[in-house]
Amino acid sequence: MFRSHILVCGGTGCTSGNSMKIYEALVARIRKEGLENEVHVTKTGCFGLCALGPIMIVYPEGAFYSQVKVEDVDEIIDEHIIKGRIVTRLLYKETVGENGDIKALSDTNFYKKQHRVALRNCGVINPEKIEEYIAYDGYQALGKVLTEMTPQDVIDVISKSGLRGRGGAGFPTGRKWQFAKNSPGKKKYVCCNADEGDPGAFMDRSILEGDPHAVIEAMAIAAYAIGSDQGYIYVRAEYPIAVQRLTIAIKQAREYGLLGKNIFGTGFNFDLDIRLGAGAFVCGEETALMTSIEGHRGEPRPRPPFPAVKGLFGKPTILNNVETYANVAQIILKGADWFASMGTEKSRGTKVFALGGKIHNTGLVEIPMGTTMREIIYDIGGGCPNGKKFKAAQTGGPSGGCIPAHLIDTPIDYDNLLAIGSMMGSGGLIVMDEDNCMVDIAKFFLEFTVDESCGKCTACRIGTKRLYEMLCKVTDGTATMEDLDKMEELCYYIKENSLCGLGQTAPNPVLSTLHYFRDEYEAHVRDKRCPAGVCKKLLRYQIVADKCKGCTLCARNCPVGAITGSVKEPHVIDPEKCIKCGVCMEKCRFGAVIKA
Amino acid sequence: MAKKIDVPFNGTKEQEERLRKVLADLKIEHGGKGLMIASLQKAQEIYGYLPEAVQQIIADELGVSLAEVYGVATFYAQFSLYPKGQYKIGVCLGTACYVKGSGDVYKKVCETLKIEGGQCTDDLKFSLDATRCIGCCGLAPVMTINDDVYGKVTPEEVEGILAKYRD
Repeated sequence: MFRSHILVCGGTGCTSGNSMKIYEALVARIRKEGLENEVHVTKTGCFGLCALGPIMIVYPEGAFYSQVKVEDVDEIIDEHIIKGRIVTRLLYKETVGENGDIKALSDTNFYKKQHRVALRNCGVINPEKIEEYIAYDGYQALGKVLTEMTPQDVIDVISKSGLRGRGGAGFPTGRKWQFAKNSPGKKKYVCCNADEGDPGAFMDRSILEGDPHAVIEAMAIAAYAIGSDQGYIYVRAEYPIAVQRLTIAIKQAREYGLLGKNIFGTGFNFDLDIRLGAGAFVCGEETALMTSIEGHRGEPRPRPPFPAVKGLFGKPTILNNVETYANVAQIILKGADWFASMGTEKSRGTKVFALGGKIHNTGLVEIPMGTTMREIIYDIGGGCPNGKKFKAAQTGGPSGGCIPAHLIDTPIDYDNLLAIGSMMGSGGLIVMDEDNCMVDIAKFFLEFTVDESCGKCTACRIGTKRLYEMLCKVTDGTATMEDLDKMEELCYYIKENSLCGLGQTAPNPVLSTLHYFRDEYEAHVRDKRCPAGVCKKLLRYQIVADKCKGCTLCARNCPVGAITGSVKEPHVIDPEKCIKCGVCMEKCRFGAVIKA
Repeated sequence: MAKKIDVPFNGTKEQEERLRKVLADLKIEHGGKGLMIASLQKAQEIYGYLPEAVQQIIADELGVSLAEVYGVATFYAQFSLYPKGQYKIGVCLGTACYVKGSGDVYKKVCETLKIEGGQCTDDLKFSLDATRCIGCCGLAPVMTINDDVYGKVTPEEVEGILAKYRD
């Protein structure tokens, strides 16, 4: 028995902040003190509160240390572990009560409204040890399924739970499995989509890094339900930690006889392989993903035939997202009614969001469906930093749209988001404040889709390119009002004529910003002005004469000599010469340079 | 588009043997199907990039045309037909980093090194790529140089960071 447990976050956010060096330093120091049998140091998956990384937590006290540095390790060992005195200065402020006592993490604003189902083990267990997963009821669901349930029972439970695909489109999981089960054929495949392509989303990677066995177990359950013996996890090669932990997990599961032949002595066979994606957003589309597993260019193909009939290598196949799988074992163990009791009528359960952008608590949150955007952004996320005004939230990445401030009380579920012109997407949730230009954001997403369009169909290949060029005209100040109407027309054309989800949704960021922020577009076009001060070509730097002390610092730093004025007299910027580099504004100590 | 750099292919006999061995192992591991992407990944690990000579070896080993190999190699962002720099710089242009100003950081790197994304400096020291989300949005904007991660980078810090890697 250990008297203390130190959990160090080994998720990507904290690892990037050097948490593995902290882990090594802790282990070395514990060994030096001869405390190996008393204090247990372990690395876990993501705690979720990435903004405060690197994070570690010490039990039994539950001391939640944030923004820990390698240099802090000695103090933590000397004070906390040896003398039993908690290092208050490193504690996450929210966990310290008024009289200095420690509050449970679940009582802090960030965690209070969260409900962790898919992330239940992230930040709790060591993902590289199958024993820890098993200790948290791991592989019990698989055992139950194989020994007590028929394949049809499994599908019925999943259907009844109301679980829908967490990759974005929200197709009912049970129905998908049923189609594949009903398809004739001896060879069937189970695939997992871990090709998380939405730039700014990292839910799936965190699950794979924090709880890889949950995905493996669910895939085995799915295989039993549809009658498959082989699975593939298609994961981005850019996720080295996730790939490594998956590899370890698969190896351990094989050693324990939880993958391979005759699992639990029931005669059920199932094995799993990893396939590394090579960086193509379109491979998140199911037919493209399967083409890519087959080793080809990841281009989508028309449906039908649907993968459930003719998928990978021409065989019936199901493909589910990582987060979808992460819910499955819990549903089997706790029952369909338990799962269906969370969320809204048509969207059951919880959803994980990667909260990022202009928000205090960047990180990973899991909330019951039906939670409002306001709760996520203000209660959990802590609002926009620096007192800036919230402008919009973006969900669904390059396929989604913006949710403007006046719709912040919308309860989040699949149907509500679609109704307001966005979509659930895989779970990226980017917050924007008054300093973000919505036209620029739309342009950013279009640049992404132009880059990632596979080129197979004309509407997407050429349409997105033309749309991008029109957006450039807007941000350059050369567009006309007529162009805005043309843009809208082109958006609908691309949506209606593209083959796959990438093209069909690519215009969404433009349509939704045009809808909610048309005034910003019009300001660019009519007044040649970018209200947020982002679009460089429309920017004009000016010096406020009242504030200028005539220190000459700006004039000396201007790379093109555009600023003139004599000492102790207000200076002036020549707009003809100015290249809008912004150096003057950075250098000015009196806040006299403004963007107009 | 990547800048074409005239670097003669100087793969060694040893590298070629390694590649052929790896390909043979892959064939067994994959049961003979869906080999192409994994083969290119392994080849890029060995050579650092995928010049025509290497693509030809893969085409021969897998029994497909060079055109097919080229088709796959140019489809995916991970593969490079040109060598990368000794220091590979990645600036995250994921949405979370972008809204916090990583676009300006990216431009600053371009200006400082006088290269564009996908290109390499003439001395093969630095290459630059725009990366998608690397998953540490708490540190946005993020820049990576090989395995080093720099968080909350401002354009002003770029030159100082790069200076650490010059000679």
